[in-house]
Amino acid sequence: MTHSYYEASARERLAGLLDPASFHELLPPEERVTSPHLRQLDTPGAFDDGIVVGAGRLDGHAVLAAAQEGGFMGGAVGEVHGAKLTGLLERAVATRPEAVLLLIESGGVRLHEANAGLIAVSEIMRAVLAARNAGIPVLALIGGQYGCFGGMGIVARLCDRIIISEEGRLGLSGPEVIETTCGVEEFDSRDRALVWRTVGGKHRFLLGEVDVLVPDDVAAFRQAAVAQLTRRGGLDLDALKSEHAALGRRLDRFGDCPDAVDIWRALGIASAERLPLLDTADFLSAVAGRGD
Amino acid sequence: MDIHCLLDRLFPAGHQVAFDGVFLAGDGTCRENEVAILGTVGRTPIGVELAHRLAGEVLRVIERHPGRAILLLVDTQGQRLSRRDELLGINGFMAHLAKSIELARRRGHPVIGLVYSQAVSGGFLASSMLADRCFALPEAEIKVMSLPAMARITKIPLERLEALSATSPVFAPGVDNFLRMGAIESLWEGDLSACLAQALAGNTAVDRRRADGHARHGRLLAGPIAERVRRDAGL
Repeated sequence: MTHSYYEASARERLAGLLDPASFHELLPPEERVTSPHLRQLDTPGAFDDGIVVGAGRLDGHAVLAAAQEGGFMGGAVGEVHGAKLTGLLERAVATRPEAVLLLIESGGVRLHEANAGLIAVSEIMRAVLAARNAGIPVLALIGGQYGCFGGMGIVARLCDRIIISEEGRLGLSGPEVIETTCGVEEFDSRDRALVWRTVGGKHRFLLGEVDVLVPDDVAAFRQAAVAQLTRRGGLDLDALKSEHAALGRRLDRFGDCPDAVDIWRALGIASAERLPLLDTADFLSAVAGRGD
Repeated sequence: MDIHCLLDRLFPAGHQVAFDGVFLAGDGTCRENEVAILGTVGRTPIGVELAHRLAGEVLRVIERHPGRAILLLVDTQGQRLSRRDELLGINGFMAHLAKSIELARRRGHPVIGLVYSQAVSGGFLASSMLADRCFALPEAEIKVMSLPAMARITKIPLERLEALSATSPVFAPGVDNFLRMGAIESLWEGDLSACLAQALAGNTAVDRRRADGHARHGRLLAGPIAERVRRDAGL
């Protein structure tokens, strides 16, 4: 019996991901830490401001974890929401857990408090890099209904590792934002197949933007997180120079590709147009060794 | 302010900056400091190629000129909105730029951001917001989104947003709002070269933004909430 990560709430994801009953929440809903900025606009708030942060264990290892709740304003980042995440990452530098897990589900900055949200995301970015520079691995998990967009799409790519499901979407400007601003001919956000093959987990995996692709199952995310727990990515000059070269090759090789399928063909994958139809296991065997 | 006029005022002792389309890079002398200069002109959207190029220049300065101060002059209307940029993973390119700036800071390069024309959302986030310190000219524009667009998306009447923005710095466009929120340390006026020299002389890697935002009554919760999560025993 699988338990869909996509359908689960933030708290359900944490409960299924971490060791049973090991999670202790910091600033739990009983503390009623809500956004004053939403209140000022008569917009309903949430007692956790849409993010759950705390400490727990993963396969016996001490970890800190945060989970954004897509059900509240699409996981958008406001002042309080962002400060909880930044505080957790700063706590990691002080308490030195074995890793920090970020269960990201967010459309980006919360417009009702846009300036505070943007600054909050910049602080999260700094805090992720500070934790990594202090030797604490930071993992991002992406598989929620609202995907991982806006500033949180940048935050995810600052982490050591990214685990994503096929249903997970990762990008900067969401398809709806692009359609609203540039027109439906630029990006038809209702064309689900187009959206998924442009920003979905499979394409991100093939592009080398994420490290692990898992089925939409909380247990599969857990298993992958255990395996990746202490894997590190580099942040030194050599690591960034090689990332720079890889991104430059991506622009050279795929910069003229009009569609994800053209990129997959350029990667030498046979029957590239069939990839969206395959389940995760068949997909991974079809593309073995072909990703960028 | 026109970029050439700006460069002359920042670097009266001389500068050599090469322009290539919307991209600029070079060096200038400010008092006793050699300063690497990089940025963009024309309120340009930042897409994958430009983010890659900016990052490449930061990495080049780190490698060739250890410790040299870096001045970011990024003029941008934000990240480029296109399906192609998303297809190629623009968030990864922006993250790469952010990591490059962070590496420069960590290796002892003073990194100063100056918003001289416009800074919006993702383009601001991955550049000057990660500098050690960020300043602005008084006439610059900084925003996430215009109020009419915000009203449309949040379904809050525009009049309501306009009325509230008279007192709240939290959501409306404006340099003064970002100043109150702590994202901009101060506005540069008058002798710009002296402003830059002073910023370089007093530079530390300590991030003052949260404390400034609190002291200026712009962001009263960010500091205390983060502090509680950092310190709460609760376990």
